[in-house]
Amino acid sequence: MLEGVLLGLETALSFKNLLLVVAGCLIGTLIGMLPGLGPMSIIAIMIPVAITLGDPSAALILLAGVYYGAIFGGSTSSILINAPGVAGTVATSFDGYPMARQGKAGKALTIAAVSSFAGGTVGAILLMGFAPILSSVALLFHSAEYFAMMIVGLSAIAAFAGTGKVTKALMMTVIGLILATVGESALFNAPRFTMGLTDLQSGFSFITLAMALFALPEALYLVLDPRRAESDGKNEAIKDLRITRAEARAIAPVIARQSVQGFLIGVMPGAGATLASFLGYAVERNIAKGEEQEEFGKGSIKGLAAPETANNAACTGSFVPLLTLGIPGSGTTAILLGALIALNVNPGPRLMIDNPSVFWSVIISMYIGNAVLLILNLPLIPYIAKLLTVPRNYLIPFILFFTMVGAYIGQNNATELLLLVGLGVCATILRFADYPLPPLLIGFILGGMMENNFARSVNLTDGIAFMYERPMTLCLLIFGLLLIFVPAYRRRRARALQQGVALGD
Amino acid sequence: MALDKWIAIFFLVICCVYGYAAYTYPLLPFERNMVFLPNTMPMVLSGLGVLFALLILLAPSPKADAEGDALGDINLKRWREYKVGQAFGLIALMIVYALTLRPVGFITATTLFLVGAGWTLGERKLVTMIGVALIGALCIWYLVQEALGIFLRPLPWFLS
Repeated sequence: MLEGVLLGLETALSFKNLLLVVAGCLIGTLIGMLPGLGPMSIIAIMIPVAITLGDPSAALILLAGVYYGAIFGGSTSSILINAPGVAGTVATSFDGYPMARQGKAGKALTIAAVSSFAGGTVGAILLMGFAPILSSVALLFHSAEYFAMMIVGLSAIAAFAGTGKVTKALMMTVIGLILATVGESALFNAPRFTMGLTDLQSGFSFITLAMALFALPEALYLVLDPRRAESDGKNEAIKDLRITRAEARAIAPVIARQSVQGFLIGVMPGAGATLASFLGYAVERNIAKGEEQEEFGKGSIKGLAAPETANNAACTGSFVPLLTLGIPGSGTTAILLGALIALNVNPGPRLMIDNPSVFWSVIISMYIGNAVLLILNLPLIPYIAKLLTVPRNYLIPFILFFTMVGAYIGQNNATELLLLVGLGVCATILRFADYPLPPLLIGFILGGMMENNFARSVNLTDGIAFMYERPMTLCLLIFGLLLIFVPAYRRRRARALQQGVALGD
Repeated sequence: MALDKWIAIFFLVICCVYGYAAYTYPLLPFERNMVFLPNTMPMVLSGLGVLFALLILLAPSPKADAEGDALGDINLKRWREYKVGQAFGLIALMIVYALTLRPVGFITATTLFLVGAGWTLGERKLVTMIGVALIGALCIWYLVQEALGIFLRPLPWFLS
């Protein structure tokens, strides 16, 4: 492992890659601060740039930096103007915004930065321990297990979609899988379902889809409802970034607990940063005693430190399934996976062996990224925050323009733009109707791999016998089914209880 | 009927059409003897899609809960308060941009798009807007052309 760490250090500390981390963090913070643009949109916009870099480690380092920066930028806008750009930082605004109103914006930002740093760093250390172990297990996997593992991943993502949305999430997953079957695939001899359109011969472009699903609807929402981006107070000067020793002592145990808890939640596919931050907030509120508990929601430093630590630790945790199994646990890691595949790197258990420099340099650059956020971004925040005052009339045209350029230069094809607009409008309507979109993208990205693994196992066993003949496959498949059915069953029982129906024993 | 049910019907139709296309997929002669066919997975998927669409359709509508998404998400019931006109204007502009990008050239089309979008959103300081749009378009064109090495025709066809 030491060898790997050193190799990673060598790659990550090269001048170019250091520059990329810094650039990624800055760009991520800048754009992440704009209300309405989450990490998924930003990474989607940055992918064409990353792919043109050509070097997979450099690309992943840049994108991971953007990811961290976006989360940090999201916390900044939730603290300063109560407009979380990202669902994962909503919990931050519970206590961060009240602090800012009390004139303690500087302190709140410092606490957010320190907790993010701690969460991210602890997460990266845990990732270093977890990932090799998990990859050595995953090396025993055959295509049958991979297929089952993807089923587990997809059902976990659907199962965590939220109450009443599980069926919709499953529907979106299936639509994603269906979209993935369009065009030519590795296994067969002719393109499928292209409706005779040559533009669809190579299938839907993943960048176009990512832009259409995340960046475009957000921009259209900003157009439809201007209040989403409005700040309800004027920007006061941010000063006094220091925290006292007593405050540091108060938040230290919170950070310690939440970085581990957040990481573990992040590892689970589908849970991700949002759940981790809400859960972290809830847990800390319940642990806090008397007076401190009263403080929560009114500007408690613990209430700010908890979600901030947890969401960064979870972001790091979500890299575990991506790097070891090649299965993304969240929309963001799904986009990263797509970028890696475009760069000819196949994430999975072989990644550590085949491309150790990619694997380790990403982990090392996570430390560096966290340090950059703390050292570089924090002092710059008062200046970066000026960006929040960019008028909507200039902001929205540019967001739309960036999404279109991203889709266009990926394929150099104007039809791609029409596709982008069409899919984007569909995605906006889907969000109106409360259909979750990340499952669609994850289904789309996993679709091809899933079919390949499925086909391989079917060919090997001459049928679907592999599903019950291989114990590991069987267990995984049962686990996947349980993930979907247990929440549904429990909800039904809860509803029955509510209606006063006696439960037969 | 709520919007999500209409969408479920739409998906149902899509999945049926897709399933039919998969079922009638023209297999090559040697493919017929294979265990796993190009249309095996599509047929499974269309079946699952039909199942889920029906489940959504038949599920009882949840009672409208007052609290929306954590982000203060958008709600269709308030659509009258939304700037639907602006949104449609921008979508139309994007389509125009897609169609004119090649013939008119990147810089021209982009500047026109940015100014048009700003105008649609209510910006009336035309001079500033044109300046910002032109600088933005030039910067991005330079970056894409030089840093990323992707050729984009900057000017209309009769000039370049």
